[in-house]
Amino acid sequence: MSTAGTATSNLVRSGLQSFHDVSSSLWARVPKPKTKKGKAAWIVVGVVIAYALPLINLPVITTTGSDMASVLYDCIGYAIVAVGLNIVIGYAGLLDLGYVGFYAVGAYTVGTLTSEHWHWPFFLALPVAVVVTMVSGVLLGAPTLRVRGDYLAIVTLGFGEIVRIVITYTDWLGAATGIKAIPAPPSIGPNPPGPDGGLFDIAHLTWANGYPEVDPTKKTQFLVFGVIDIVPFYWLLLTVLVLIIVGDRLIKASRVGRAWEATREDEDAAEVMGVPTFKYKLLAFAMGAFIGGLSGAFFATRQGYISPTSFTAMLSEMFVAAVIIGGAGNRWGAIVGGVLVAYLPERFRNFADWRMLVFGIALLLLTTFRPQGIFPARATRRAVRAEQKIHELEGENVDVI
Amino acid sequence: MSSDVVSAGKALLELDHVTIKFGGLTALDDVSFDIKEGEILGLIGPNGAGKTTCFNVMTGVYQATSGAIRFDGRPLAKLQRHKITKLGIARTFQNIRLFRSMSALDNVMVGADVHSKVGILNALFRTPRHRHTEAAAEQKARELLDFVGISGRADELASNLSYGDQRRLEIARALATGPKLLCLDEPAAGFNPAEKRQLMDLIRRVRDIGYTVLLIEHDMRLVMGVTDRIVVLEFGRKIAEGTPAEIRDNPAVIAAYLGVEEDADAS
Repeated sequence: MSTAGTATSNLVRSGLQSFHDVSSSLWARVPKPKTKKGKAAWIVVGVVIAYALPLINLPVITTTGSDMASVLYDCIGYAIVAVGLNIVIGYAGLLDLGYVGFYAVGAYTVGTLTSEHWHWPFFLALPVAVVVTMVSGVLLGAPTLRVRGDYLAIVTLGFGEIVRIVITYTDWLGAATGIKAIPAPPSIGPNPPGPDGGLFDIAHLTWANGYPEVDPTKKTQFLVFGVIDIVPFYWLLLTVLVLIIVGDRLIKASRVGRAWEATREDEDAAEVMGVPTFKYKLLAFAMGAFIGGLSGAFFATRQGYISPTSFTAMLSEMFVAAVIIGGAGNRWGAIVGGVLVAYLPERFRNFADWRMLVFGIALLLLTTFRPQGIFPARATRRAVRAEQKIHELEGENVDVI
Repeated sequence: MSSDVVSAGKALLELDHVTIKFGGLTALDDVSFDIKEGEILGLIGPNGAGKTTCFNVMTGVYQATSGAIRFDGRPLAKLQRHKITKLGIARTFQNIRLFRSMSALDNVMVGADVHSKVGILNALFRTPRHRHTEAAAEQKARELLDFVGISGRADELASNLSYGDQRRLEIARALATGPKLLCLDEPAAGFNPAEKRQLMDLIRRVRDIGYTVLLIEHDMRLVMGVTDRIVVLEFGRKIAEGTPAEIRDNPAVIAAYLGVEEDADAS
């Protein structure tokens, strides 16, 4: 590398470092909840804000070019996928590059059952879709989880593509034209989906002169799943995300979570310590498939139309990027990663032509300067802190993991 | 409990004419010995003698080409590794293999989970079974960390522990699986004399609370000081077996290995 190049990279590095210092000192000043109650209160506030987000239309973060509620819906969709993929990549350490395959299986099961061949209601098709996806996860995992590392990545990448190509050439699944008229979930309340349907109306806010006002032109009917107003969809999906987070937490903090981590850390040692690693890897795959299928099912019902072009390998890569950007192994990191990957391109639509370039550069910078992700797992954070402490004590360069 | 009484106990693990071949290389050649309940058996030999191979065939990493291994009267052939652990053989690794980014406590709890019947549904619904098993595993893990002397570091990441503490953590993790037989693969590698003495104490205490111990070790003073019986391997063959005193005076052993090592140690 030339001297100029080195200087630049040092500049970038020191810039990022000082940014990191500032941000961490700011973070240190944020009052930390001392008690369990305090923590619960913060979580409740966060959840309420999340539910209110499409109604209050906060300035700056609200997307201008596209409907905020649809963007938020996509964000939550990505977040759910990221949480599911985090189980596979972050907890069990299995690099799955074909996650879109599960997403497609979930979406197409719903499409087939509710529109293409039968006319089931969405909520009846949903559990079937989830089960079918889990079965597909087990069918994929049983023969392939015997290979490790890069080989598994290649096999799963192939799976994602196989699913897409099979759909493209199967008339029964709508082939390249896709499946149309997938119904939305049933609305709740009188007279749906008429103009005054739903149980009651909820007002939106608008920020005219920097102050919030009630927007007279926009109302959300509770709870009507329509084509125009996506807010009810968003609420439904956010609820699903909350449930998944709770489930993920319960499973992670148990024998199952420990077995996954042990398998990720050292498969042979885990096996010798009595962990049936193959069984747990398969379980991680099945859980990942479960959540991927769920997410795909909601994608189908929101879009109303699915075709093979919605399920390209590119999408798989975005899913993996979401997990890695956020911080593999940390569910909150994965959620942030998922939201960012979905949100940023929409917020900065004006730069749409540049977005893959920017995305690539951002990924490069991230992997160079913060390879553990934005919000790495707590264990990783502690390891890094310990290394820094050693660094301070010894006053010399110590490699951070 | 005196060692004379216990070494007369019944055989816990029997190697019966075990041969292992890797292609043209015979790593173990017709090796037979047994480990009796409640004893500390030392397995020694020069580098490449087949000690670790012997270890690996016992814990299911390798399959014997011919011969049989019986544990508690049960043949071990074709059993999966985690099932062998469940039967009651636990081991540590020569090159430490902890779950590095998990806490010390979690490392030990993974071992304690061996006999757990909690599955994903129990965990998801936090059933009484899950709560009982979890509490029992945590208590056991804390006791074991205390037993090996690192209870103060329960919440540290395994990778942040000192080298000596990592070795101790490996022993605690292996003990958590509730083994009948604990196999230690060079547990004193890289230790200074003071640490070695502490480790010897620990191994004795492990035996005293009822475990049978198989010890692979290079350090002669440690092996001689702590074991009840010793098996010597050379080039994949067993060349001697007996008490430490017998082994010390065995001319074949001295020729093969001990003489050089003892001199080196004495100097």
